[in-house]
Order: sequence, then C-alpha cells, then structure tokens
Amino acid sequence: MAKKYELNEVEVWDGNMAAAQALRQAQVDVVAAYPITPSTPIVQNYSQFLADGYVDGDFIMVESEHSAMSGCVAASASGARAATATSSQGFALMVEVLYQASGMRLPIVLTVVNRALAAPLNVNGDHSDMYLGRDAGWINLCSYNPQEAYDLTLMAFKIGEDLDVRLPVMVHQDGFLCSHTAQNVKPLQDEVAIEFVGEYKPVNTMLDVSNPVTHGVQTEEDWHFEHKARQHNDLMNSPKVIKRVFEEFKALTGREYDFVYKYKMDDAEVAIFALGTTVESAEVAADRMREKGIKAGVVSLRVLRPFPFEQIQEALSGIKALAVMDRSAPGGTLGAMFNELSAAMLAKGESPIMLNYIYGLGGRDTTIDHLTEIFAQLDECAKAGERKYPLQQFIGLRGPKLSFY
Amino acid sequence: MAFNYDQYLRTDKMPTLWCWGCGDGIILKALIRAIDKLGWSMDDVCVVSGIGCSGRFSSYLDCNTVHTTHGRTVAYATGIKLANPDKHVIVVAGDGDGLAIGGNHTIHGCRRNIDINFILINNFIYGLTNSQVSPTTPKGMWAVTTQYGNVDPTFDACELAKGAGATFIARESVTDARKLEKMFIKGFEHRGFSFFDVFSNCHVNLGRKNKMGEAIQNQEWIDSITMPLKKWEKLSDEEKKAYFPTGILYHDDSQMEYCDAYDLVIEAAQNKKKVDIPIEVKSR
Repeated sequence: MAKKYELNEVEVWDGNMAAAQALRQAQVDVVAAYPITPSTPIVQNYSQFLADGYVDGDFIMVESEHSAMSGCVAASASGARAATATSSQGFALMVEVLYQASGMRLPIVLTVVNRALAAPLNVNGDHSDMYLGRDAGWINLCSYNPQEAYDLTLMAFKIGEDLDVRLPVMVHQDGFLCSHTAQNVKPLQDEVAIEFVGEYKPVNTMLDVSNPVTHGVQTEEDWHFEHKARQHNDLMNSPKVIKRVFEEFKALTGREYDFVYKYKMDDAEVAIFALGTTVESAEVAADRMREKGIKAGVVSLRVLRPFPFEQIQEALSGIKALAVMDRSAPGGTLGAMFNELSAAMLAKGESPIMLNYIYGLGGRDTTIDHLTEIFAQLDECAKAGERKYPLQQFIGLRGPKLSFY
Repeated sequence: MAFNYDQYLRTDKMPTLWCWGCGDGIILKALIRAIDKLGWSMDDVCVVSGIGCSGRFSSYLDCNTVHTTHGRTVAYATGIKLANPDKHVIVVAGDGDGLAIGGNHTIHGCRRNIDINFILINNFIYGLTNSQVSPTTPKGMWAVTTQYGNVDPTFDACELAKGAGATFIARESVTDARKLEKMFIKGFEHRGFSFFDVFSNCHVNLGRKNKMGEAIQNQEWIDSITMPLKKWEKLSDEEKKAYFPTGILYHDDSQMEYCDAYDLVIEAAQNKKKVDIPIEVKSR
C-alpha cells in the first residue's frame, strides 16, 4: 500500500511537478519513460515518489521514447494503468506507437510538454509536437498553467478509461513557460484524488488466460475501415463523458472546465484565438484594449481533439474580426488552427474577418505588445469591414516582415 | 609555441556549455590534435553528433558538421560517407546516444565495416538530462531513476562493437590525453569502422551522488576501473572482471570496407554482371 503524501492546501509547483503529482495520485501501475527536455522532471519526480514509497507501481527506464510508448501499450494491453511523459523529438519518435495505442483502444495518459521540433535543434517551447500528434486518434486536452496541468492530468485518466471511451489521452502544457514556472496549485488530498480517478477497469486484457485475446491484429481491406470508423465514432462521442467528468470535477473542486475557453467574449467584437500560455497573455492584452474602448476577447480550446466544432461556432458567433494564432511552422499552408476554425465558421455560414498569425516558434517571446498590435489590426479590419492585412503574418520575427496570401 | 586550437574551433561559440572539469574538453582537444597531426584539412572532415552533452562537438568544431537527432548519428554518417567516400567522417555520441536509443544503428555500422570513426563518449550516465541511468551505468550505482542502486547489467561497449564486426576497437580515458590522441590517430588512419570507447567523467551528474563529486575523484575512479591491455591480459579470469582493458583492443585490416564493397556492386550493375564476392556464411 502506497504511503499518503502530505499536501498543503496550496502548493507551489511548476507544471512538471503538477503533472507528476497527478500521475502519483492516479496510482499508475506502469510508467515506462525516457528523459527529454523539458518533460524529464515529470518522470523523474515520479520515480522519486515511487522510490520513496508513495506509489505502488513499476517504473521502467527504457532505451528510447519509441520503447517508452511501446512499454505503455504492452502494460495497458495487459490490464495495467499506464502513463508517461515526453516532448518534441521524443514525441516524434513515439508517433508510430501513438497510433498503436489509439487503434488498440488503450487508455494510456501521455503528458506532453510542448517543445519545438528540430532542425534547427531547439529545446524551447512551441506547438510543433502538439500539431504532429493531433490526428493520432487520442483525446487532446490543453492546459495553460500548472494548476490546469494538474487538474486535466487527473481528469485524463477518468475520461480515457471510461468504458464508453477507452481511448488514450494527451495533456499538453507549454515547455518552460508552464513546465518550469512555479505557481500556486491547489491539489486534491490523496484520498480524494484516488477516489475521483477510481479503480482501473481492465478490458480484454492479454493476461486473462481463460479468455485469450489478441491486440493489434492485422486487418486489410476487409475490416480495417470498419475498425477506424468505430474508433473515430467513439472519439466523436467522447464529449459526453468529457462533459460529465468536467462537471464531477467542478462539484469536487469548484474549478470549471469547458470544451472551449472564453475570456470577455460576451460582447467582444474582436478576438484572439491561441493555445497554451499565450492565452493568459492575450487576456492581459484584451484588458488593455478594453481600456481604449475596443471590445476585445480571447478564445481557446480545452479539448483540441475531439474538435469542439459547435462550441467554437457558438463562441465566435457575432464577432467582427478574429486572429488565429498558430505556434507551429505551417509547412506550406495556413496554420492548422486557422484552417480548423475557418471550417467551423464556413459551416456556420457566418464568418468574421479572419487573420492567421504564426508566432513564438522555438521559444521566441510573445509580448503583450505583440498581442495588442494584433488586436489593433483586428480593430482596424473590423471598423473598415474588410481585411486590411495579409491573411498570414509572422509576428515577433526579426528582419523584414514576412506575410503570405 | 603552444598549440593553437582556435584554428580548429568556432571561437564565437566559446566558452563551451560543458560543466567545469568536464572530460569532453579533453576529448575535443585530443581530437583536434589528432586531426592536426594527420594533416587533414577541416574542409575534408565531417563531424556528426547526436543529442546530449557530446552533441556539442558539432557546434564547436569548425568543419563540416551535422547535429542530428537522438541516436541516429551512424545512420546520418553512413549516408554522408557513402556520398563522399573520400571525406573523413567522425561521429561523436554519448553512451545513451550510441548504446541505448541508437544502439541499433551502432551495431549495424560496425557490421558493415563502413569507414566511420565512432567516438563513444562514455560517462556512464545521462548527463545532460540530469542523472538518469544509462546502458553503461555500473550496477549498484545511484541514478535519479535508480534511487536504490542500478540493477541493470551494463554493456561492455568494445565487446559489443567486436561482436558486431567493427575492425578497429580501442579504449582510452580522459585521464591520459596523449594516449587518447594516439588512439585517435591510429583509428582515423584505419580504413573501416573504428570504434573508440572513451571513458569520461561526469562528476556533476554521475559523481555527486556516487561519492565522486569532484572531477578528479571521478577521474580517479575511471583510473581504478581501467588497465592497459597487456597488463590486463596477465590477470586471472576472475581478476579481469574488475577492469576494462585499454589501448587498441582489436585491429583487423583484412576486411573489405563498405564503400569499396559498394563500388563493386555499382560496377557490377553498370556492366550487368553478377558481383564477384565469394559466399561467406560467417563474415568474421
């Protein structure tokens, strides 16, 4: 029996410690891990908890991230609760196995500390890795600060393991800006958290010798399509469970989560959409714009996958101009979030003037001034009733301005 | 006159990122002196590095350099060498890079006997990410992931390279910079896969929790676990277990180098006739 960890009502944790504590309280059976900056402290803290007797589980230090996720897949298929953490290149190396996890319907939890992808080699934060894995069939939850990284990691287990879901879940946080920034976090006491997450319920385990099963079996043109369609269907239906878990968590803690995050959007005419820590900076910028009489708001996603199509349509309804910020190199098109939000607004038949901003790659600082400049451009477009700037601009870039379309 | 290292370095990248007393600087300088003695032009040298503290070699050396992904140095280097058989390709990788995540590429580089110089900087720990256990961390030692002592057996990297088919295998440590330089020269001159197992100190991330927190203590420990090959060979089998032999452990010039072998295939394909290589069930 694991020892109880004495927690204060308010702890000072960085995002990595917050995620590690959530993994500890989830009493994960198997963590298979490989270190990579900036997510290393998550699994390192976890191994410390285990060594100190706070977890009844196994920690395996494997020889690559590919092996880490493979170990989690095998553990999960064998009937164990499994989790790990990674970033960037490690995430990229895991991608092959991410599809195994979702295809085998294994509710593994992966805490992703978002970092740029090489080359050039860079250890700082952006959302390249998040975007790389967004179509892997996992539920994707997004946090902006250590408290949310903690809350969402706990909820990830309950969502993914639900018998109506049975899908793996990623919880994202920004490298360094969240993972290494210590803030006040209000944790649940161990017994409360353990009860909230609940006992792990194995399904079709490989080690049930009286009911032998196989995982990852080969299907060709005969059944593959049906498998993938069912998987997509269940992912698309997971919002029912996600909503219920958000509600249960609110009842327990008072902290409210929704599929879409909104800040001062009720009367907003111009809005910034962003993910990660930029959301909190954009709120400060929106307040400054409001002091100048510009009705500014901020929109973000809590649930990146399944994409909350209707909630985003509702959140953006009635605004005049929208900036969609993408923190990943777009690779020859518009930013991924810009395209997804455009599709939502097109389907609604009502589109604000939309601009795409690429920003913050490789940890480039995005300041309040950058964000107020974006709001000012939006305001100018809103007042003119037409787009006055290129569709895609790079913000915070040194050298000559870069824009496309 | 003192040796001028600056002509081989990107001096704008100095000072290095390495901790005080790190062995990597000794290896970097020995490598530079070896290149200098061989009279190689830096334009003809390509240094390939992976991830970890050793990955910085490609930042500091002023030649053709590639900083690659974790563990894949040999895969990149194989491509570079095949495309430029007349250039000198040097891989610098750590024990994590070369034996854990990239172990697969390392053994296949050895097997092909391609003319790559593979410098394994073996500090017995994942240093850059702060003390996780590596495939060479001695049993019983503390790492952040082995808080009660490591139970995993270790690789003997040179035995691994030998089993995999490398044709030049040597081991030295940072405690003797001159031997290190001589070993590099011998190995660089060898045409085939040259494998160098270089013991280095990471007193910061291996040493501190294993009672050798000063560079010199960590280096004394390295000295205590190594012994010149000739002396080591005279030990009993039981005594041998306590030491890693150093020096040139294996050198075979009789095997065909991979680029040469590949040239035969190209010639055969162009003349549309079967390549004239005798069937060998066992290559070594």
